[in-house]
Amino acid sequence: MSNGLKVLDAGPYSTIQDMGRMGYQDVGVPVSGALDKVSARVANMLVGNDRHCPVLEMLLQGVALEVQADSVRMALFGCEADLTVEGTRKFTVPAGRSVRLMKGDKVKVGALGQSLSAYLAVEGGFNLPVQLGSVSTYVRGGIGGLEGRTLKRGDGLPLVQSSADIRDEKALLEPFDYGYEQPIRVVLGPQHNYFTESAIESFLTQPYVVSGQADRMGFRLDGPVIQHAEGYDLVSDGIVSGAIQVPGSGLPIVLLADAQTTGGYPKIATVISTDIPILGRRRPGAQVHFKQVTLDQAESIACETQAWLEQLESHGTRSFAPGGVIDLEALRLENLSSGVN
Amino acid sequence: MTVQFLSAGDTAMVVQFGEVIDRVLSDQVLALSRRIRALNVPGVVDLVPTFRSLLINYDPTQVRGAQLQETLKGLLESEDTEPQAVRQWSVPVCYDGEYAPDLQEVAQTAGLTTDQVVQLHADTQFHVYMIGFVPGYPYMGDLPKQLVLPRRSNPRTRVPPGSVAIASTMTAVYPIESPGGWHLIGATPIRLFDTRHEAPALFKPGDKVRFKPVDSNEYQRIRDAVAADEYEVKCEEVTV
Repeated sequence: MSNGLKVLDAGPYSTIQDMGRMGYQDVGVPVSGALDKVSARVANMLVGNDRHCPVLEMLLQGVALEVQADSVRMALFGCEADLTVEGTRKFTVPAGRSVRLMKGDKVKVGALGQSLSAYLAVEGGFNLPVQLGSVSTYVRGGIGGLEGRTLKRGDGLPLVQSSADIRDEKALLEPFDYGYEQPIRVVLGPQHNYFTESAIESFLTQPYVVSGQADRMGFRLDGPVIQHAEGYDLVSDGIVSGAIQVPGSGLPIVLLADAQTTGGYPKIATVISTDIPILGRRRPGAQVHFKQVTLDQAESIACETQAWLEQLESHGTRSFAPGGVIDLEALRLENLSSGVN
Repeated sequence: MTVQFLSAGDTAMVVQFGEVIDRVLSDQVLALSRRIRALNVPGVVDLVPTFRSLLINYDPTQVRGAQLQETLKGLLESEDTEPQAVRQWSVPVCYDGEYAPDLQEVAQTAGLTTDQVVQLHADTQFHVYMIGFVPGYPYMGDLPKQLVLPRRSNPRTRVPPGSVAIASTMTAVYPIESPGGWHLIGATPIRLFDTRHEAPALFKPGDKVRFKPVDSNEYQRIRDAVAADEYEVKCEEVTV
């Protein structure tokens, strides 16, 4: 174990996350995990980690870190931003490729572009304790991550590896579609019968906007008010990630990674598992259109997504010899031209 | 019994036994939950029992919802005859002034003395319906009718851990500091949630809980013992 990375700027809401904490929802512990589990997986894949390795999740804005380990291999994914390296060496690394950094390098992720979330993976992962089967931070419960809280300036992030071997780096083969314009697919239920038909029709056809009240627990959406047909106070039942509950205000709330496990508002629909990561990239102000699919379709899409992710993990990257700035430019041009073909 | 299967997306379904808070429904929910765990039903990854329904998280790459529903129907039709071990907890609570900021008001509203409120609360054996809101927060019922009050009109932003509270037909103990709108009528020195344990929550749905009044000296003594990891909450296992 080594104090590998020092936090120079923690960003507004940065935590350590992994694929989540299953098995404790019956005692009120949310699943947590990355808001965008696909990007977290890709970031891990780029540095050669298993998908379950904890990564640094940043929301709204990036972090600045100083490398204190001898060397570290890292990769940024989930946004269009670059990793900017400063200190004795100065260069940038686009999201979607790995890089080996040396002691003393200062690395910064600035604005995240269009994305709400972004993920930084380090080879070997962060050396933090597993709590209840996961390293994911659940801030409200003070569980996991670094002392159960968001990162702050001056924190030391311990790494499993104190150095990273010199070897080929990895880059994504294909440009990645973040789905910013894509409709978010939902399955109606479990309580769509609590709403009028015209309310459901409006929910499925009118645009919503991610409001300023968007966090890891859920996104409150602005848009047409959804009319209840049968009141809005239920005896609490279970909540799943992606559930869209409609409280008395009629404005929907999509519950996400840190959602509480039970709740008492009717849920008009549930975002399909494949589209939860896509929604997890939408910043406040971004539009959301919902589109209905059947449960059968949603399950097929989940299977296809799983196969696609496995394909991406096994064949989705190319290796290249590590180099300096010139090599990066060449690679960028190459990616650009392949994107135009 | 009309059981409904509700869709909660491609990774979860809800088995709904009813729409109200009811001990019979709760027992049905817990029985199904136990049987799914005992049988290790393929594709099921997590369960959330609530007052009246069981949310079942599943992995759609391992089992389809329609197939899972058939399996569950089979489970619901067969009888649950195995004897169950039920845990009965005895939880020390200090109902003295500083530990019970809302006790006076509750007594006044209910038209009782504070001693009567304490006695009614401590004489009831509560059933843990479900755990939710925050990790380890037990919804326990049912309160004696005289103590059934709506939530506070002005919720607190910070309720200290260990606070024993009542609202509507329920009582609860706050395991961690959190906001809360229930009436605080006492405090317990014990820990309800501890991530160092494989079972982090002290209670689980289906447990029985009784509150045992202690004075502030006893409260302090237990609190010190809890801090030193030298206190075990009294618990009996009873087969029913």
